[in-house]
Parts: sequence; structure tokens; C-alpha cells
Amino acid sequence: MHRFANPARFLGFARPATVWTFVAGLLLTAIGLFGGLTMTPPDYLQGQTVRIMYVHVPSAWLGMAGWAGIAVASVSQLVWRHPLAVVAGRAIAPAGATYAAVCLLTGSIWGRPTWGTWWEWDGRLTSMLILFFLYLGYIALASAERERGGEGRLAALFGVLGAINLPIIHYSVLWWRTLHQPQSIGLSGSSIDSSILWPLPIAALGFTLLFVAAVLMRMRAELAQTKIEARMRRQAGG
Amino acid sequence: MNQTAFITAAYAVALLGTAGLLAWAYLTMRSAERAVAELKRDR
Repeated sequence: MHRFANPARFLGFARPATVWTFVAGLLLTAIGLFGGLTMTPPDYLQGQTVRIMYVHVPSAWLGMAGWAGIAVASVSQLVWRHPLAVVAGRAIAPAGATYAAVCLLTGSIWGRPTWGTWWEWDGRLTSMLILFFLYLGYIALASAERERGGEGRLAALFGVLGAINLPIIHYSVLWWRTLHQPQSIGLSGSSIDSSILWPLPIAALGFTLLFVAAVLMRMRAELAQTKIEARMRRQAGG
Repeated sequence: MNQTAFITAAYAVALLGTAGLLAWAYLTMRSAERAVAELKRDR
């Protein structure tokens, strides 16, 4: 990780990685979604709406993984003062917020035909909504600190504290047995039939690579912006 | 209820959200990197 602490070295890796993650992500997402829409049978209970799973589950995973990334970047910033950590945190937040919002919206659309309601104050739904608001709070805090010329320590602290919500989201379906079904896919296996399940990991990997491509582009934009600001400060100073 | 309408709406949200994020990330990156290149030229 510290090998990429140098922004110039990071950019040497990020430039080709942006293209490759984007192209591979696009390809895998297309294969996963095409397979999910056309090559899987309908569910015996939900019917065709089970196909919403192929966009809802990856967005839920990315919404949570995004905050885990912010938490890791925040710890790196606070403990090791990693020069790229603050850039990474700022770059991950909009992508994570986007997927948290997509997860909430697609979940709501899936909930209407499945549960008969667009929204319920269920443990999983509510904790996911809180995650979305945490993202908005982080983005606002990081922007305010950047404008003030600060190091982003307050946003980093918020990033670490906000991670408390991740286990709450994960275990919400066990702690509050309300509307959202318990976890269907775990490390030990899945309760979903393989004929329906197979496009899901492909789509999830595809969306993850697109997420990484977006984060790399944002990191490159942040680094370029930092260079411009440093140059302007030098010009103003002398 | 027509299930296709729900599937279409969910896929539209996911794909438009992803496309919007990628387009915004690309445009901000391109504009910032161009500005840096111009600064280097003006030096």
C-alpha cells in the first residue's frame, strides 16, 4: 500500500488501471445483466421480479464496501498520514453514495410487487437509509474542510465512526426480524438455486470494477486539483 | 400488476446511476488534468 504513497507512482498505475477496470467492468456488467434478464428462470414465488436482484444486490454491496473503503482510508490518514488516503476517501464517497441511493431505489421498486409496499421502517431499510445520509454528511464535511484548507481530519474521524453502521446493516435482518428477508448468500453457501444465482457474481464483479474505475477517475481529478491549488498558492505568494 | 414495468424501472435506475457517476467522474478528471497540462505549458 505504501508503495503507492507517492502520487506520481500512483498516477503511473492509475492511468492504465482506469481504462482496464472500465472496459472489464462494462463487459462483465453487460454479461451478468444479460444473463440475469434472459437466461435464468423466474422464481417460483416472486416470478419475474427476482431479476431485480442482479442490480439491487451489487448496489447494496457497493454501498457498504464504499464506506468500508472510507473507513480504511480514514484510519490510514489518521494513523500513518498516508498522503493518498484523504484523496481516496474524498473519491470513494460520491461513488458509495450513488450506489447506496441505487440500492434504496431498486429495493423500493422490488418491494412494491413483492411486499406490497414501497417503503417500511424495517431494520435493514432504515440502516441503509442512514448509510446514505452518512455519505452526504461525509461529502459535506470533506468539502468544507477542503475549502478551509484543512487536512480533512474531521472527515476522517467521521469516516471511522460511521463504520459502526456497517455491522448494524449486516446484522439488522437477524436483530429485527421485520420485513427484509435474512441473508440469502453467505460464506458457507447460498439458499438461492444455482440456476438463478450464476449471473449475480458476474454482475457484482462488473459493477465493482466500474465503481473502481469511477474512484480512480475521481482520485486523478482530486490530485490534479491539488496541483492547481498549490500552483495558485505559489503564484499568490510570490 | 405488470412485473416488467418494475424490472425496467429498477434496471433504469441502476444503469442511469452508474452511467451518471462514470460520466461525472470522467468529465471532472478530464477538466482537472487539462488544467494541469495548461499550467505546465504556461510555465
